[in-house]
Amino acid sequence: MVRAWYRFSKNPLSVIGLVIVVLVFLLALLAAVISPYPQHAASFTNFPEASLPPSGKYWFGTDTIGRDIVTRVIYGFRVSLLLGVVVLALAVPVGVLLGLIAGYFGGRTEAIIMRITDVFLSVPPLVLALAVLGFLTPNLFNAMMAVTVMWWPWYTRLVYNLTRSIRTEGFVTAAEVIGASKAHILFREILPNASPSILTKMTLDMGFVILIGSSLSFLGLGVQPPTPDLGSMVADGAKYLPDQWWITVFPGLAVLMCVLGFNLLGDGLRDLLDVEV
Amino acid sequence: MGVLIGVSILIFIIARVIPGDPARVALGPMASQEQVADLRKQLYLDRPLPLQYLEFIKRLSRGDLGMSLYTKRAVTRDLSEYFPATLELVLASGMIMVVLGVSLGVLAARFRNRWPDNLTRILSILGVVTPSFVWAIFLVLIFAYWIIVFPVAGRLGDAFLPPPRVTGLVLIDALLAKQWALFWDALHHLVLPAFALAFAGLGQAARITRANMLETYSKPYIEMARAYGVSEGTIARKYALRPAMIPTLTILGLDFAAMLGGAFLVEAVFNWPGMARYAVQAIIRKDLNAIVGTTLIIAAFFLVINIIIDIVVGYINPRIRFRQGAQ
Repeated sequence: MVRAWYRFSKNPLSVIGLVIVVLVFLLALLAAVISPYPQHAASFTNFPEASLPPSGKYWFGTDTIGRDIVTRVIYGFRVSLLLGVVVLALAVPVGVLLGLIAGYFGGRTEAIIMRITDVFLSVPPLVLALAVLGFLTPNLFNAMMAVTVMWWPWYTRLVYNLTRSIRTEGFVTAAEVIGASKAHILFREILPNASPSILTKMTLDMGFVILIGSSLSFLGLGVQPPTPDLGSMVADGAKYLPDQWWITVFPGLAVLMCVLGFNLLGDGLRDLLDVEV
Repeated sequence: MGVLIGVSILIFIIARVIPGDPARVALGPMASQEQVADLRKQLYLDRPLPLQYLEFIKRLSRGDLGMSLYTKRAVTRDLSEYFPATLELVLASGMIMVVLGVSLGVLAARFRNRWPDNLTRILSILGVVTPSFVWAIFLVLIFAYWIIVFPVAGRLGDAFLPPPRVTGLVLIDALLAKQWALFWDALHHLVLPAFALAFAGLGQAARITRANMLETYSKPYIEMARAYGVSEGTIARKYALRPAMIPTLTILGLDFAAMLGGAFLVEAVFNWPGMARYAVQAIIRKDLNAIVGTTLIIAAFFLVINIIIDIVVGYINPRIRFRQGAQ
């Protein structure tokens, strides 16, 4: 453990990633305590102080109805992280289970599962999410569902490839020979050996799910106002370019930072655990 | 082809399993029961699912995607109007990505761990983690508002009428009509959106090229070429780049196709008259046929790109070409 941490800390980029991720999580969890004007996270108006540039009082300035952008960015992290956690919590178990089954049993099961996976992987993720959202009312819950629907196949493919190579290892054959149940082999023999890759991919994906989520709400198809979301804040602010650039630039940078954090951390984990994803 | 059928079934299932009556949603709560029933009949929603799908495929094979409930025109007509604009943008970005990305990658491999290498490293991380709409907004802010070099939005300036429509790609149509000023104006409008879209894949392209170049550089025949006194430039161009391009191209093809997703975001920022606005409107208005049509054309584009990549790889790699020829 200590040695692993030492190796991890040798790479400055991974440490930066970890710091960003911890910071974003802390800000999101403690949003109500940390943010300077918590009431600005809802449909609050303060027209006398509308569209103020960044200053000592409002670090990132205020939006067109006078809400503090720092506060809204902090609450925006909360929505982004919620989206990321929920999507992965739903997509990963499904994807992993299907990948284990396809990779271990082979034959017709494999053919069916992997062909379906190929179909999902053959459309750009954002487009597929849009198509799903096309039939639903745009809101946070449905955005989560849409992203989940397109996200599980990536895990199926990853776990499928891992299972295919782990299946031939001696300890799996040994378990088969002593008559271990299929469930035991899949979940106690194969899954633990696949988990470093899954964990690394989840870390990287946290960033990408947040990116897709903010893209959806940027198009007006995700989180609806007045809930603060980084993507829709960028879209709203874009109308007031270039004079009130701070309304759009700071939320945009916030998405960038958030995704960057998970990406650097994921890269660090990949090197540390020495896995391919 | 199998994938395209798969995608059509997938979209079809998504459209049907989601609760709610598409006809009712499209007409809104004010519509009468008869109107809804009429529309259901028109959309074949009153038949069993497999029959609905067969009917859909039958009409699709005749090039009929049904009417758009939003524009009240044939979806195919709408798509033929909006898709070329998106295609032009994606092609331009793809060219930027391949040309700049591969060149940067070659430089990074030759000057390993020096500034070109570090530059590609930073670009690739930034490219992956920055949503393309954020790139787009930064580019507009810097190069259209602060330093006024490029126009803020749109595809053509107000002073110009679109050229006679031949391909739907304004740049090519302008060339065909020999309208040079128009061509220049269209190009001017294309630069920022194309770069905003290209950034996501550019650094990645450079990284992949670099990795594959380094792998080829470690091969004995490169060593031998050096021993024969072949210049470094010739080695890079003639001996290292070509084999390195084979795995690179396959991944670039995927990146290129993924640009269609990013195009939705970039188009929104630049008010580009492509598919994004159409699709987003279709989604907001629950325009079933338009959504299905848009998704299908994107899947088809994906497929075409993959076929083209296969052909190009075959061209670069004679082993693949001749093996197939022998069969």
